[in-house]
Amino acid sequence: MKAAVITFPGSNCDRDLAVAFERAGAQVLRVWHKDTELPAGVDVVGIPGGFSFGDYLRCGAIAAQSPIGAAVKRHAARGGHVLGICNGFQVLTEMGLLPGALMRNAGLKFICKTVELQVATTDCAYTCGYAAGQVIKVPVAHHDGNYTADAETLAQLQAEDRVAFRYVANPNGAMGDIAGVLSANRRVLGMMPHPERVVDAATGGADGAALFAGLIGKMALA
Amino acid sequence: MKARVHVMLKDGVLDPQGEAVRHALGTLGFAGVQGVRQGKVIELDLVGSDKAAAEAEVRAMCEKLLANTVIEKYSVEIV
Repeated sequence: MKAAVITFPGSNCDRDLAVAFERAGAQVLRVWHKDTELPAGVDVVGIPGGFSFGDYLRCGAIAAQSPIGAAVKRHAARGGHVLGICNGFQVLTEMGLLPGALMRNAGLKFICKTVELQVATTDCAYTCGYAAGQVIKVPVAHHDGNYTADAETLAQLQAEDRVAFRYVANPNGAMGDIAGVLSANRRVLGMMPHPERVVDAATGGADGAALFAGLIGKMALA
Repeated sequence: MKARVHVMLKDGVLDPQGEAVRHALGTLGFAGVQGVRQGKVIELDLVGSDKAAAEAEVRAMCEKLLANTVIEKYSVEIV
């Protein structure tokens, strides 16, 4: 099981994401944004949180066009798994791998706190380690997490059971309380909260560990 | 040749920043402001003199990078 974690200038959760993958049993390969290919045999690509390219133009917009971006798109087109967290989620929407966009928080403030998430579907490798409807505690740390999509897209996400997580108490104005969405093939997940920050009880919680354990476990069986 | 690109949120997309600016203007005593929408202006210095070709090229730039057409609209002006 190989996981690639991409680092852009301004990424700051890349190490945490690598540790979360490692603890779940994956071999982690670190990849630089200027690389044009992913290492051979990568099963899952992690796009970390942070402020890639200083959030210039729009959050994630420049990173989405970086050399490694094309390789991530090819990986996804092959049916590979991609997990984007926080800025990684913004990058995935800018790449067009996930629908919708992340706008400025409705309250305009940067929000940094632990929130409750409801597991909205267990029908994907990322959430198979949770019980349906389970409420988990995961931190958010973002200024632009206000998930926005047109009515048609929202209806489609709902109809196809592609909302992975919903906020119990919506912190940022996200439509439909959406905290994380899946691609049509259920292998690309983008989410604003940070499960990689809660994989060890010693650092504030372990509710995120099941996401990585479930993912790596599911892929090891595949 | 210069191109000027205006990027605005699409009609109907809530603009929390514009709304905050509107509120602040009200606080300052500017009572007549019904709505504020905030956008971006991007100026590009271009090589060449074919206006039509330049406009087509800048539109392609908008579609690929300068605007996020999920939530934003854009207009291009060659000046």
